[in-house]
Amino acid sequence: MQAKSAMTSAMNSATPASTLKAVQAAKVGGKSGGKAALFGLPELQHWHRVMLEMRRFEEKAAALYQQKAIQGFCHLYIGQEAVAAGLKATSQADEFGGDDFITSYRCHALGLVCGLSMLEVMGELTGRVVGISKGKGGSMHMFEPSKGFWGGHGIVAAQVPLGAGIAFARKYEAEVLGQANTRVSFTLIGDGAMNAGQVFETFNMAALWQLPVVFVIENNQYGMGTSVPRAAAGELWKRGEPFGIPGEKVDGMDFLAVAEAGKRAADHCRAGKGPYLLEMDTYRYRGNSMSDPAKYRTRDDVENVRDSRDPIARLQQQLMTEHGMKESYFDEVDEAVKAAVNQCAEEALAAPQPGESELWTDVYPS
Amino acid sequence: MPQQSVREAIRDAMSEEMRADKRVFLIGEEVADYQGAYKCSQGMVQEFGDKRVIDTPIAELGFTGIAVGAGMAGLRPIVEYMTWNFALLATDHILNSAAKTLYMSGGKVGCPIVFRGLNGVAAHVAAQHSQDFANWYMNIPGLKVVAPSNAADAKGLLKAAIRDDSPVVVLEHEVLYGHMGEVPEGDYITPIGKANVARAGTDVSIFAYSMMTVKALAAAEELAKQGISAEVVDLRSLRPLDVAAIKASVSKTHRAVVLEETWAAAGVGAEIMATISDHAWDELDAPVLRLSQLPVPLPYASNLETKCVPQVDDIVREVIALVGGQR
Ligand SMILES: Cc1ncc(C[n+]2csc(CCOP(=O)(O)OP(=O)(O)O)c2C)c(N)n1
Ligand SMILES: [Mg+2]
Repeated sequence: MQAKSAMTSAMNSATPASTLKAVQAAKVGGKSGGKAALFGLPELQHWHRVMLEMRRFEEKAAALYQQKAIQGFCHLYIGQEAVAAGLKATSQADEFGGDDFITSYRCHALGLVCGLSMLEVMGELTGRVVGISKGKGGSMHMFEPSKGFWGGHGIVAAQVPLGAGIAFARKYEAEVLGQANTRVSFTLIGDGAMNAGQVFETFNMAALWQLPVVFVIENNQYGMGTSVPRAAAGELWKRGEPFGIPGEKVDGMDFLAVAEAGKRAADHCRAGKGPYLLEMDTYRYRGNSMSDPAKYRTRDDVENVRDSRDPIARLQQQLMTEHGMKESYFDEVDEAVKAAVNQCAEEALAAPQPGESELWTDVYPS
Repeated sequence: MPQQSVREAIRDAMSEEMRADKRVFLIGEEVADYQGAYKCSQGMVQEFGDKRVIDTPIAELGFTGIAVGAGMAGLRPIVEYMTWNFALLATDHILNSAAKTLYMSGGKVGCPIVFRGLNGVAAHVAAQHSQDFANWYMNIPGLKVVAPSNAADAKGLLKAAIRDDSPVVVLEHEVLYGHMGEVPEGDYITPIGKANVARAGTDVSIFAYSMMTVKALAAAEELAKQGISAEVVDLRSLRPLDVAAIKASVSKTHRAVVLEETWAAAGVGAEIMATISDHAWDELDAPVLRLSQLPVPLPYASNLETKCVPQVDDIVREVIALVGGQR
């Protein structure tokens, strides 16, 4: 089922920048089984369900958008679920202080993975007071710092220095404030965003100051309607190289490959070796936002990826072949997830819009 | 009271706050080893070390974004811009990241940060290095904006800004850095949002900020010799504006002049005029007068440069015309 091999190559992190060379890392995911130690069966079942929740949630959002219950921009994550899930799966557990996550406007699924409830996200999408931002942020702006979720940013690439800034704060907390912490900032970057100047500025400073930040490029092949080769010269995963930031290209449709790479990157940061870069080779099935008819590619293009590389089907297949799980289990999970999604939508739509007094709160801290 | 230069007052404000709160740090170009491009951080890296006084590459957008991210995550950054002209590259993070995120997050993510540096017309450096951005930033909900005119306020407002939980824009002035003034000893704070009647008068109110306050005071001195009693109101804070102080002064003198270094269109003067119109229209005995930079990029040649910006003589002449009713 894996049309494209997991192209995982790594820069040897211990080597100085001048002598960096790409090295072939072990193939992960697939049927190799060698990485199974990272997760036991219950965990794999859990992460399969989490990805399915993202998928069904976003499908519901699309339906509600069609009914005009969600308005404005609405950027769906369908197809990319393994990236958010894989990174979170090997990130530091809360008892060790957790990790920080920040992304662009395409933020619903990352919010869910960081622990926002479906109602908090759906409430925000529908502009209700039960939304995580009380309905004042909408689809692109959701935050829950207590869960390490830092949004939710609408200006392409702006989250990149912000994410490095969060890493700066963690390092400062450890070195100046004497608060032991080993938090890493997972900073997600679109392939299109990779061409913005502030990304290069941030790579430079993150390397210079050895910040604990994992730059995760979500290469979903398009920035709006512009394919990567039409916007980016050279390979994205190599863009850390001039700064001495090790980089790898990872099969972003493979939950296990993402998790494995995320752990490798975070371990590097936690060891005080500075930033790390991962390019996730992934795909977005829907348009850039709900208003994008996606004329720049064919239906077949999308179908081909969906049929051959879908991250959820793939993990399901692994669970079936390697752990002998039955189709019926997955049907049951799907039913339960759909019911939860429908329920959160009902609750969101039944909730009131924010009161008019909310207009004036949160402009300045109270 | 001890005499200090504005630049020393700024350094003391930062140093005192950094001693009091370890979350406060200074970041910007040339702030550490070079001791500040304008020597506002003299001695600070020696006292606090290079983990808290941080030299950046010349990358305003990137280092502002990093500082804003650090502020969101719980630190209290002071970002120094070599001048506000260069902060143009960083406006996205000042506006979209620092000023708006508290609102967009329903109150969950704030950013206690200070953006400071020199603003306005510097001497003989031509158009790209000489602009007053006060009106740009006072337009933005979520930001506070202050522009001190003397050493005491430079210290007091900066300390207030560092302690404030909102993002605060501090507009300094190159010409003022060397100005000496009395600075109260101890933990001196100037509250944000309060104007100061720098000179009391009865015939006309002159509203000004930063360097223009210095010119207004010199003009008032000259006007006094000519029998005109001018009140000089140093606005100090441009957002929030001290509407009560503006109203009180106009109610007393019934005439108003507004000074600004920026261009007139959609400027600070326009905002003060609208404030007077909204709150003190009935008190006016004459139209409000505004003196602004001429609407051209600031020229280099000294004769043209002088002509471009309101000078003390211009203020004196225009006020006499206004008060004498001969305009
Ligand atoms: C500075 C800026 N320019 C343009 C846009 C409009 N815009 C929104 S999404 C997008 C495409 C970004 O693509 P990419 O970085 O690949 O992220 P993806 O949407 O694929 O997740 C553009 C151009 C924007 N939001 N910000
Ligand atoms: Mg993209």
